[in-house]
Amino acid sequence: MARALLKGNVAFAEAAVRAGCEAYFGYPITPQTEALEHMAKRMPELGRAFVQAESEVAAINMVYGAATAGVRVMTSSSSPGVSLMMEGLSYIAGTRVPAVLVDVMRGGPGLGNIAPAQSDYAQMVRGGPHGDMKMIVLAPATVQELIDLTVEAFDLAERYRCITVVLADGSLGQMMEPAELPPMRTPRAADERPAWALTGARGREPHALTSIYLDPEQEEAYNLELQATYRAIEAAEVRYVEERLEGARIAVVAFGTAGRLSLTAIDAARAEGIEVGLFRPVSLYPFPEERLRQLAERVDALLVVEMNAGQMIDDVRRVTRERVPIRFYGRTGGVVPMPEEVLEAIRGLHAELVREEAVA
Amino acid sequence: MTVPTLTPRLTPVVSYPEALAPTPTHYCPGCTHGIAHRLVAEVIDELGIREDTIGVASVGCSVFAYNYFAVDFAQAPHGRAPALATGIKRTSPDKLVFTYQGDGDLASIGSAEILHAAARGENITVVFLNNAIYGMTGGQMAPTTLPGQRTTSSPAGRDPATQGYPLRMSELLAQVDGAAYVARRSLHDVANIRRAKKALRKAFEVQQQGLGFAMVELLSSCPTNWGLSAQDSLEYIRDVMVPAYPLGEFKVPETEGREAR
Repeated sequence: MARALLKGNVAFAEAAVRAGCEAYFGYPITPQTEALEHMAKRMPELGRAFVQAESEVAAINMVYGAATAGVRVMTSSSSPGVSLMMEGLSYIAGTRVPAVLVDVMRGGPGLGNIAPAQSDYAQMVRGGPHGDMKMIVLAPATVQELIDLTVEAFDLAERYRCITVVLADGSLGQMMEPAELPPMRTPRAADERPAWALTGARGREPHALTSIYLDPEQEEAYNLELQATYRAIEAAEVRYVEERLEGARIAVVAFGTAGRLSLTAIDAARAEGIEVGLFRPVSLYPFPEERLRQLAERVDALLVVEMNAGQMIDDVRRVTRERVPIRFYGRTGGVVPMPEEVLEAIRGLHAELVREEAVA
Repeated sequence: MTVPTLTPRLTPVVSYPEALAPTPTHYCPGCTHGIAHRLVAEVIDELGIREDTIGVASVGCSVFAYNYFAVDFAQAPHGRAPALATGIKRTSPDKLVFTYQGDGDLASIGSAEILHAAARGENITVVFLNNAIYGMTGGQMAPTTLPGQRTTSSPAGRDPATQGYPLRMSELLAQVDGAAYVARRSLHDVANIRRAKKALRKAFEVQQQGLGFAMVELLSSCPTNWGLSAQDSLEYIRDVMVPAYPLGEFKVPETEGREAR
C-alpha cells in the first residue's frame, strides 16, 4: 500500500474497515463527521453493519449490543457526543466486552466550538463513566499514528475485553497529510466469534452478559477481576515516544497534537543552544509512569504543554512527585498554541534554571 | 382375578417450557411477569428457535430476565434495549432477537430508542409490559400512569395539568411506517392470556419473515405497588386499564387480516 494524501477522519475510518471492523454505529458531529460518512458508504458495500443512530446514547448502545454478539465494532464522535456515551461506556466496561471509540476532541465545555482541543483528557483517562473502570486511551500525533493506533485499538480491545479509545483532536481529524493504510484484513467468520459471545445457546448453556451483581461481595469480586485486567494492561501496554531527550536539561511533556507542535519549538530552542527534548505519552492510560519517573531523575525541569487548562499535568505531578520544577503552558477553548508560544515557554523555563544556577 | 397394571399411561398435556430456566423468580406474588415469561418461552419452544434466540433484558423488575429464560441474553442500560437489539440483530441477522421491557423503560427513558427502532423497521421483537407504574423502584409515576392514579410520586393522583397524560405506545408506534406488527393484549384472565400468546407468536413470526419491527404490549399487574390483592389487581386491569388502553392489533403485516379484539 503506497502512501497517499489522507484526511484524518477518513483515514481512521478506512483503517478500521481494514482492521476487520464489522459494525459501525454513529451520529454526525463536527469535527469527525467525515468518518461517519466514509463508513456510510464503505460498510454496506462490504456487507457490514452501519447504522446512523438517533443519538450518541443509542449509538454507543448499538456498539454495546454488537460487542455482546462478539464482532469487531466501533463508533466515533467528538466531545459533546462522547459525553452522551458515558452510560454505555460504563456498561460495556462493566460487561467486559470489547469496543473501540475514536474521540475527535473539540473545544468545550458545553457546546463549545468545533476547533481542536485536548480538554477531555480527564474525562477519558480518569473516568467520566461511573464505577471503578478504565479504558485504554491512545493519543496519536499524526494521521499515520491515527491509522496505526485505530488498528491496534481493535486488537487491544479484544485482548483485554475492554474499551480502547483513540483520543484525537479536531486538527488530526481535519488535516490531510501523507500516510499509509494497512492491508485489508478479512473479518472473522460468523462461526469464529469468541466463546463468550451471544451467538444463540446451540448445544451449550445459555450465556448472560450483564453488569449487575446485587450482592456487594460478588460485585467486589467482579471488580477485582477488572482491576487485575487493568494491572495487566498497565504492565504490558505502555506506549510513548521520546525525541531529542539525549542530554536534555528540560523535557517537554505533551501528548497528541500538543506534542507534535512542541517538537517544532524544541528544535528552535535547540538551535538557540537550549538542551530540551520531548516526552510524548502515547498511551494516556496506561500512563507511562515508570519512564516519566526515570526521566524526572535526569532532567532539571519539566514543561507540560496541553491544549487545555492543565489536565495531564496532574498525572505528571503525581508520577514525578514534583522532584523537579514543573511548569505549564496551555491554550484552551479550541485555541491551538503556536510553536513560538511554546518556544517562549521553553526560553522562560531555561532562564529560570540559569538564574537558579547563578544564585547557587 | 387379575390385578390391573398400575403403570401410568398418561400423556403429558402440559410441561415446563424448554426455553424457561427452572429457576424460581424473584417477582412478587400476583405479578404477571411470570405469565409473560412463560408465554414468551412457550412461543420460543413452539417455533423451535431456542438455540437461535438472543434476548435483551432491560432495567426494571425484569432486569434478571436472563436468569429465567434458557436463551442467550444481554442486559441493557435503562431504556436502551432496542439499541442493543439493533446492534445484535444487525451483526447476527440469522438470530431472533427480542427485548423485554417495562413501561418506565420503554415509554419514558427509552422513548427515543423504541421510536427509532420502529422507524428503522428494525427486525426485532419487543415484549412490552405495561403496568402503569415503576415497580422496581417502589411505585413511582410512570409515563403510562393513568390520570388520577396515586403513586409515590403522584401522591394526590396523577394530575394531567402538571404531570401530563399517559402515553399509548402501541397506538403511537403503529403510526410508524417501519412497524410491521403492533398489538396490545392483556394478562388479566385466561381468554386474554391465550390471545396474548397468539400475538407474541405473531411478533416472532414477523421477525422470522423479516417484515420489520414487531411489538406486543401486555397490560400487566403490580399488586405490590398498586396496593391491591392479586385478584383485585387482575380486576383493576380489566375494569380500569383496558378501557384506558384498548386491546387490539394496531398494525398487522399487509398480507394478514386483523384479529378481532
